[in-house]
Amino acid sequence: MDFLKAFIIGGLICVVGQILIDKTKLTPARILVTFVVLGVFLQLIRVYQPLVDFAGAGATVPLTGFGYNLCKGVEKAVSEKGFLGIFTGGFTASAAGISAALVFGFLVSIIFRSKPKK
Amino acid sequence: MRIGRQTVKLDNPPVIIETSSIVGVKEGEGPLRSAFDKVLTDDTLGEKSWEKSESMLQKQTMLLALEKATLAQGDIDYILAGDLLNQCVGAHYSVRDFDIPFLGLYGACSTMTESMSIGSMLVGGGFANHVMCLTSSHFCSSEKQFRNPLEYGGQRTPSAQWTVTGAGCAILASKGSGPRITHVTTGKVIDKGVTDISNMGAAMAPAAIDTLLAHFNDTGIKPDEYDMIVTGDLGVIGSDILVELMMEEGFDIRENHRDCGKMIYDIEKQDVHAGGSGCGCCGSVFCGYIYRELKRHNLKKILVMATGALMNPMVVEQGESIPAVAHAVTIEN
Amino acid sequence: MKHEMTNQEYNEYIKKKTPNSKIFTNCIKAFIAGGIICVIGQCITALMKKWGLNQEDAGTYTSIILVFLGALLTGLDIYPRIAKFAGAGTVVPITGFANSVVSPALEAKTEGMVLGTGAKIFTIAGPVILYGILASWLAGIVYWIISLF
Repeated sequence: MDFLKAFIIGGLICVVGQILIDKTKLTPARILVTFVVLGVFLQLIRVYQPLVDFAGAGATVPLTGFGYNLCKGVEKAVSEKGFLGIFTGGFTASAAGISAALVFGFLVSIIFRSKPKK
Repeated sequence: MRIGRQTVKLDNPPVIIETSSIVGVKEGEGPLRSAFDKVLTDDTLGEKSWEKSESMLQKQTMLLALEKATLAQGDIDYILAGDLLNQCVGAHYSVRDFDIPFLGLYGACSTMTESMSIGSMLVGGGFANHVMCLTSSHFCSSEKQFRNPLEYGGQRTPSAQWTVTGAGCAILASKGSGPRITHVTTGKVIDKGVTDISNMGAAMAPAAIDTLLAHFNDTGIKPDEYDMIVTGDLGVIGSDILVELMMEEGFDIRENHRDCGKMIYDIEKQDVHAGGSGCGCCGSVFCGYIYRELKRHNLKKILVMATGALMNPMVVEQGESIPAVAHAVTIEN
Repeated sequence: MKHEMTNQEYNEYIKKKTPNSKIFTNCIKAFIAGGIICVIGQCITALMKKWGLNQEDAGTYTSIILVFLGALLTGLDIYPRIAKFAGAGTVVPITGFANSVVSPALEAKTEGMVLGTGAKIFTIAGPVILYGILASWLAGIVYWIISLF
């Protein structure tokens, strides 16, 4: 059941992205920015947490989930460290994802070559 | 002799004595395969970067043309070359090893006819005996410069065009046998406010229409005198616009209009959306297929008009639209 | 031109001439591909929890593993092929973020380790991180103000 929920919610979030790409001519980079910021906002107004509880990875794997994580992280940091948390929360929460992307990105770029397309 | 506002009629029409064309792997899988001199088996050409690959492609094409024409470098008075890359690195790095006076051109995808226009005036005016016209484009270097990284996972829109990996070289001479360039119509830069960088055909069509109208008005030639009116890389959408709007202007080119961008690929099977584009599109199709047909006398009189979208991604990001230009040359057997 | 069109008229005319993306089929493809990636994520999370990790750590590991897979498939030139089919289905999940980090780095390799790979690795992902952090900073201010009362 969890898997079905993840499939449907995750799929639907991607459909929103597809509609934005096809209808608005937004470039994918702009879509990514929109999704992350949207995730932060939705969590701030407490809409995203119920979605995560319901769909699990279906809500956390799309980039809105990245925004959700940022927001949750900053909330936790502020509650623990007060004002300082505003500055530490975001990066702390996203540290794993960003580090992984940079490290693996670097390694892949060392190992592989860009190839011609057909 | 100058006739009309934009056209030169060449009293001593230069001869296209030889051409050469080399294309990439994908282009070699298209319907024109047999018309090209050489089809690459490796689009890198053994080079370490895409820019170097494109440069090598131009160099090989140029050397092939010399070989086919049995001319030496010393016989060539000018080489006119260009490509799509910043500072025309494709051309500059390919000609640096040659002992030939060089003029670099940037006309985006219109470079093939731009070089033939200037070349035929140099030869026709008596300033040169042999002029080489050379252009190239490479899918990978163009994507890198104009769009997204090659490995980036994005979808192309239906109006997007596929940059041709290919190069063409034509040698113009004051004497000899072969098809001759009789008229040159130089286009103006036309900008109809199109901002979509994945709809080049629509951005270039108004320039094509403008030059074509100027050509017909200046020369008095009727569209049906041409066996073929061939445009560079308007693609499916741009060609459609050109033919339809020319009808409204009172010129019917439905029968004899062809577009290199539509000819070089099997549009459906090769999944190239609106067709091919790039300097190498008109370059390789003209120097390959069309020149062969002229030589075989299957074509008597044609108009070749390459169109270029003079697009700079940075300036488009600043909110500007895409200017375009088209240059036409009449070639008669 | 005799029938001179204004820029606006021309742009409206080409809108009619330009085929639209097949939005319905694109959406179905995006739904399926995006859904599958999320299910893979769900599987990884479930596995991690089975191995005794708590929900939060399992989620973090899921991100790391998906980023790894996205990066690897990009290097192998498989990700762009899936993306051609999947569209937003491969852009929106975190694997798409990995793709957007790896692809420019891979291509800029020819310009060296620092100004090539190093500088270009952020060309697409940089804005995502900037605006993500900026948004979280603003959210942090909201949380902090709330905490004062």
